[in-house]
Amino acid sequence: MSALPRAAELGLIACTVCGLVCRNVPGDPQLDGDGVDDAMACPRCGSTLRRRKPHSYTRTWALLIAAFILYIPANVLPIMRTASLNDVDDNTIISGVVELWVKGSPDLAIIVFTASIVVPMLKFLALGTLLVSSQRGSGWARTQRARLYRLVELIGYWSMLDVFVVALLTALVRFSVLSLVEPLPGVIFFGLTVVLTMLASMSFDPRLIWDGKDTDD
Amino acid sequence: MGTSSPETLLVCEHCDTVYRRRPLARGEVATCARCGAELERHHALSVNAMLALILTAMIVFVQANMWPIVTLGLSGQQSSTTLWGVILAMWREEAKVVSVLVAATLFFFPLMKMLLLGWLLWFGKAGRRAPGFVPLMVALHRLGPWTMSEVFVLGALVAIVKAHTYFDVTPDPGIYAYAALTLLITIFAGVDLRQLWDQVPERAA
Ligand SMILES: [Zn+2]
Ligand SMILES: [Zn+2]
Repeated sequence: MSALPRAAELGLIACTVCGLVCRNVPGDPQLDGDGVDDAMACPRCGSTLRRRKPHSYTRTWALLIAAFILYIPANVLPIMRTASLNDVDDNTIISGVVELWVKGSPDLAIIVFTASIVVPMLKFLALGTLLVSSQRGSGWARTQRARLYRLVELIGYWSMLDVFVVALLTALVRFSVLSLVEPLPGVIFFGLTVVLTMLASMSFDPRLIWDGKDTDD
Repeated sequence: MGTSSPETLLVCEHCDTVYRRRPLARGEVATCARCGAELERHHALSVNAMLALILTAMIVFVQANMWPIVTLGLSGQQSSTTLWGVILAMWREEAKVVSVLVAATLFFFPLMKMLLLGWLLWFGKAGRRAPGFVPLMVALHRLGPWTMSEVFVLGALVAIVKAHTYFDVTPDPGIYAYAALTLLITIFAGVDLRQLWDQVPERAA
């Protein structure tokens, strides 16, 4: 505990907005993060100082579950309709990936697959794991869990890729009867899923990973 | 400029470990000994350099939004679009949520970010705090991950490849402007804007 003191042990609070380190408000040194009684404004930027993000577990769970529920129609429903003279074709996320693969762009197919399927799934699994292990105060693989969280934060917004592809094709492919692209409801669900997963990872407080019993190696 | 008082403490945002700040060598990145997160990095960019970058980014941004991004051709017909064409098309097609998402993450938020930075750095250059410094710095922080121009560039690439099978595709200047913008964003991504709190002292508010 001596080598790497933590802010809470020293009675310090760091402002999450501007980074200023403040001496703690008098009061409880609890690490619960419910933010009820440790509210004080940062002298530099005026943001509320909190030891932990408020209601981190509840909010993250709620957002994550909501995101997961929307992720189902996002995958099942078609995201885009392509219509030409002789056929109408509804594309889902997966069929779009398959099409890229078949039409000779396996590298882009992999990129889209990663952004649309792997990244959201990784976020569900990673945040779920982080929530469960931190709530139990587990000391298991803390460094790796911390790294996992940073990865989720870093790559999360790339999932918006498919939404932009559909939007761009909709605006571009308008050749009246010859060829048309229309967005379908799946893309709305998918866009909302991405926003909700981003909000979920922002609500999770990575400091909670280190708050459990000190079973440091 | 750039040297903060050595006495200040630094707390890792990812695990709450407290460090005493130390001056960093050129290009050095301080990482947290407990969790491995980045604590602080040395900034090679001066306020002037950042201001120049932001002004460049603004010019490029205007062009990226004015010029068409791609043109498609099909049996003699042509079709092209700008970013606002995309936003309006999604609005018309009853995907209003997507339209708003695109407008926010590709237009309004990046624009706000650049205007805020330009404003703050313009005054920072003279060693002064811009009017509204505190709320604007907080707003800048909140904008955080909600600007997605670089994702759009990749999306445009995917759209081009998809369209290529059925149409004649001609990339337009807008896509190059977007690529340039992505490059500028990448340079900026490594800058911790919180340094402005330290670099521009409070006295001349
Ligand atoms: Zn603050
Ligand atoms: Zn740390």
